[in-house]
Amino acid sequence: MAPIVSVRDLTKTYAGGFTALDGVSLDIEEGEIIALLGPNGAGKTTLISTICGITMPTGGTVEVGGHDVVRDWRQARDLIGLVPQEIALEPFSTVWNNVRFTRGLFDRPRDDAHLERLLRDLSLWEKRDAKVMELSGGMKRRVLIAKALSHGPRILFLDEPTAGVDVELRRDMWRVVERLRGEGVTIILTTHYIEEAEAIADRIGVISKGRIMLVERTEDLMRRLGRKELRIELAEPVEALPDTLRREGLERVDGGQALVYTYDTHAERTGITALLADLQAAGLQLADLSTSNSSLEEIFVGLVKEDAA
Amino acid sequence: MNFGAVSAIYRAEMARFFRTLLQSFISPVISTSLYFVVFGSAIGGRIQEVEGIAYAAFIVPGLVMLSVMTQATSNASFAIYFPKFIGTMYEYLSAPISFFEITLGFVGAAATKALFIGLVILATATLFVDLTILHPVSMLAFLILTCISFSLLGFIIGIWAKNFEQLQLIPLLVITPLVFLGGSFYSISMLPPAWQVVTRFNPVVYLISGFRWSFFGQADVPIGVSLLAISGFTALCLGIIWLIFRTGWRIRS
Repeated sequence: MAPIVSVRDLTKTYAGGFTALDGVSLDIEEGEIIALLGPNGAGKTTLISTICGITMPTGGTVEVGGHDVVRDWRQARDLIGLVPQEIALEPFSTVWNNVRFTRGLFDRPRDDAHLERLLRDLSLWEKRDAKVMELSGGMKRRVLIAKALSHGPRILFLDEPTAGVDVELRRDMWRVVERLRGEGVTIILTTHYIEEAEAIADRIGVISKGRIMLVERTEDLMRRLGRKELRIELAEPVEALPDTLRREGLERVDGGQALVYTYDTHAERTGITALLADLQAAGLQLADLSTSNSSLEEIFVGLVKEDAA
Repeated sequence: MNFGAVSAIYRAEMARFFRTLLQSFISPVISTSLYFVVFGSAIGGRIQEVEGIAYAAFIVPGLVMLSVMTQATSNASFAIYFPKFIGTMYEYLSAPISFFEITLGFVGAAATKALFIGLVILATATLFVDLTILHPVSMLAFLILTCISFSLLGFIIGIWAKNFEQLQLIPLLVITPLVFLGGSFYSISMLPPAWQVVTRFNPVVYLISGFRWSFFGQADVPIGVSLLAISGFTALCLGIIWLIFRTGWRIRS
């Protein structure tokens, strides 16, 4: 099946000479959720803006649903809903009118039932007659999401949707995202919260300095790089590892005060049970146990550092 | 053609107008009444008539034009500047709307508001003076064309403006003086010959003259020239807007 979004060698150089996108190529399949990770200024927002028609590309092409975003902009944009990073709303108009306005911009006939469901899903229904200026920041963000979904887009862009957002809204938002996933809507989000990308995205792309560093299925990425460390604090330091304990991944650290065992979380056998049994058999007293993830965060920081070097 | 979007923009802009209906309605009525008191009664008491027309009646077309031009310009410039200011421009750029449709929505609404105010002032004027309109169709045509062309001008100013000061600058420094010097309150023939020549370069003279002709059948310049001037001005504004949108100047990076 042809990808619903196809980005080819996309470059964007601003008038000031700053290159925000430097030859980006990316295919996004219909119905998938893809998370774009990257530090500030990496080009995430420029990439989204170019796909949505807000920014004109300097070079390369973008096709949305088979329509070139520059040549067949009307058909391409018709498929897209965009939740921007910054809160920008008509302050004097009501929630209801704000959402209805966006639906109108996309030339959709009036559909009060659809808008009601949307507002209820986003806990905005009680506030439908309130002016936007009277709402809290979190509520305004909900209005932005409702607007982006008002015309029933096939592709939804969420630019840093959870930056500075409370737990309740985040939960509501992911519930809506789950529902949209069920309806086959393609979702592209940028985020700083790596756990979020890990939890929700089918694929993860990492952007740095206007280039795509990697795009991989989330589970593949986690399997490849998702290793865990088990730290075992000993009651008494050991001079050397007894032969019965020697194995791959186990190290003596802190002058023998602790042992660190690195293992693969996705492996069939982690070897933890055997290790603990062997520790007991060797007569070592344990003071404490702790585990830590080599998370996507570390992978990400590592990748970006590698690039900088 | 995305008529849904044009209608959405038009309705949203008109809703803004109706939210402040009292101000939109009361302020032109009060200012027109003041003009009539000052110009019509105080000065009119001395001038009596201009070219055979009672002075109080003579200034009516100029008064209407003065309000229509300033209202159309400020309405349209504010309407398009506001989304730029609050950051909602992204919505217009990412929706399936052409720039022509955006212009149609915004300018259509601004012109409607200006037309409404113009008609209110005209109605107010009939309370003060006996007014006969010799060519009502041409009067309406001039009024509507002026509403549209000055809304287009306002639209350009709104796109150009980078802050609220700039938004006020052109209406204050250019339009108001041109209107006052454009024969709103006097006939060009009352000026010394040298100033009559200077006045010919003021485009507003042609609009007010043509508009006044619709009322009284008398004009400072031939009606055809007036019609040509306003059509030319409208075409110029349309051309500039077309160029702005082609290049995305101050709208799209």
